[in-house]
Amino acid sequence: MEENVIHIRNLTKKFGDFTAVDHISFDVRRGEIFGFLGANGAGKTTAMRILCGLSRPTEGEGTVAGYDICSEQEKIKRNIGYMSQKFSLYPDLTVRENIRLFGGIYGLGDRRIREKTDAMLDMLGMQSERDQFAGALPLGWKQKLAFSIAMVHDPGIIFLDEPTGGVDPETRRRFWEMIYDAAERGVTVFVTTHYMDEAEYCDRVSVMVDGRIAALDSPDRLKSEFHAGNMDEVFGIIAGRAGREE
Amino acid sequence: MKMKEFAASVVKEFRHIFRDRRTILIAMVMPVVQIILFGFAVSTEVNDVRVVFCGDLSDAEVRRAVDRIDQNKYLRIVGRLDRPAEAEEMFRKNGADVAVCFERNYGSRMVASGHAGVRIIGDGSDPNTAQMIASYLKGVLQSEQSEVSVALAGDPRSSMTPVVQLMYNPAMKSSYNFVPGVMGLILMLICSMMTAVSIVREKETGTLELLLVSPVKPLWIIVSKMIPYLVLSAANFVSILLLSHYVMEVPVNGSLLLLSLAALIFVVTSLALGLLISVISSSQRTALLICGMGLTMPTMIFSGIIFPCESMPVILQWFSDIIPAKWFIIIVKKVMIQGDGLASVINELSILAGMAAILLAVSIKSFRTRLQ
Repeated sequence: MEENVIHIRNLTKKFGDFTAVDHISFDVRRGEIFGFLGANGAGKTTAMRILCGLSRPTEGEGTVAGYDICSEQEKIKRNIGYMSQKFSLYPDLTVRENIRLFGGIYGLGDRRIREKTDAMLDMLGMQSERDQFAGALPLGWKQKLAFSIAMVHDPGIIFLDEPTGGVDPETRRRFWEMIYDAAERGVTVFVTTHYMDEAEYCDRVSVMVDGRIAALDSPDRLKSEFHAGNMDEVFGIIAGRAGREE
Repeated sequence: MKMKEFAASVVKEFRHIFRDRRTILIAMVMPVVQIILFGFAVSTEVNDVRVVFCGDLSDAEVRRAVDRIDQNKYLRIVGRLDRPAEAEEMFRKNGADVAVCFERNYGSRMVASGHAGVRIIGDGSDPNTAQMIASYLKGVLQSEQSEVSVALAGDPRSSMTPVVQLMYNPAMKSSYNFVPGVMGLILMLICSMMTAVSIVREKETGTLELLLVSPVKPLWIIVSKMIPYLVLSAANFVSILLLSHYVMEVPVNGSLLLLSLAALIFVVTSLALGLLISVISSSQRTALLICGMGLTMPTMIFSGIIFPCESMPVILQWFSDIIPAKWFIIIVKKVMIQGDGLASVINELSILAGMAAILLAVSIKSFRTRLQ
């Protein structure tokens, strides 16, 4: 049996009377690309914040990277990478300074940071841009750089919160090549998105509706279960149900 | 918490400040501009006052009085009027700041009774300055009158004339009042406004999330954001002191150490306020607005920079008590101008320290709550 790096049971988060996340349970295996889908307000951001150690659940239990989500948030933070839809770079710092900063706050030593910086710039083909301000880079480059920086401390799991917002499908595809590379190296990728072509790239997909997980399976099985041609239709059917229930 | 992680985020904050031209402009140039602005433009002190007079120059006493005015360091006779009514014309043409009218037979009345009428006509379109000038001129003339009567009668019949002398500030320089005020204002602005804006900016761009998801503890993220502003305000503190000493000629009579201690406590208070503002505001604009309306304005009005607190309605005086800058400015005045020691400012210092402690506790608690 494969090892579960994320293990969640009955996770619930309430804000006053409002239940943002309602008893969700799921597991994510090592090296898996796990798509976390849901309409705006379905509770996926709240759930993801709990998994990243940014917020404590009201009820339920679970582990991320082997650490308890209620009591070991500090250790979780050390062992995960995070990249958000908004830019994960400081535009007024240069490429190199951005790498240095995140290497620094994740506790890497000076030598390690230098090595990492060189390796990263080589891999991205950005050696000549290393002293440019990150804000001046093209969008696609920024995202690749942000992804690499989120991996600067070699985390076992990386959380991507709508990482490709606002870019064209071609750039998105190139970005996904990086995700596949990471997954092949054994990194678990937990990604939220609202682009359904991206959902097709995932190993497994969960769809959140009204705080619950309404469906969870591989894109192919979901498509056959809902007799749909693509993930867009699947999502339409599941999310559409929520609309009728409201 | 490793020192290295903390150092990395402090370096980043310094970079943000020095990369942003606006920030560095506000932080480094504003104090200088404010000091110079308040020092030369918004001055309420009596300086180079143009006096016109109306009276009989063949009268020896009038001549003595006019000479005395002209010889005064801050006053200057610029002309003579035929009738007192011409004063208005002079003011309108901006030819004079004040008019002095000696009554008819000024000299003989003075000799006979020791009392003679003089009318001082001030330019009320600028009431504050007019008041200052009029009372200054009155002082000059009164000393003249009492000297005359003493000389003539042998005993001071008009000895009731009060002689006003201002302790610590004999020249009535307004810089003695505004230097402490500007110091309070600048330190408050740098620490509260800039801290608030820098935290809210990261909230807006979403980069705060990145820092929070890193192993650096939230409290240390905040501390690392505050340190550069602490350094900046120290630089400003020094530059204001240097400017006021060498340009404005305001002395530092008391202990520099005590003054620095007070500044440090005040800076911590301001940083805490800034953090609190960053928690309640969701955009940089809101943060700026709250700082401007909620901090700068009340500080200007209630801290005694412009209006004396003592002449406010009681309710507003109570209100002014909750403004940290007021206490800081009182301390600065006492230590810097009056040269007082710790014993005389211990009350104000304790109040300020109390405010710092409460604000720090509240702001850190609300920042933590907001994170959950």
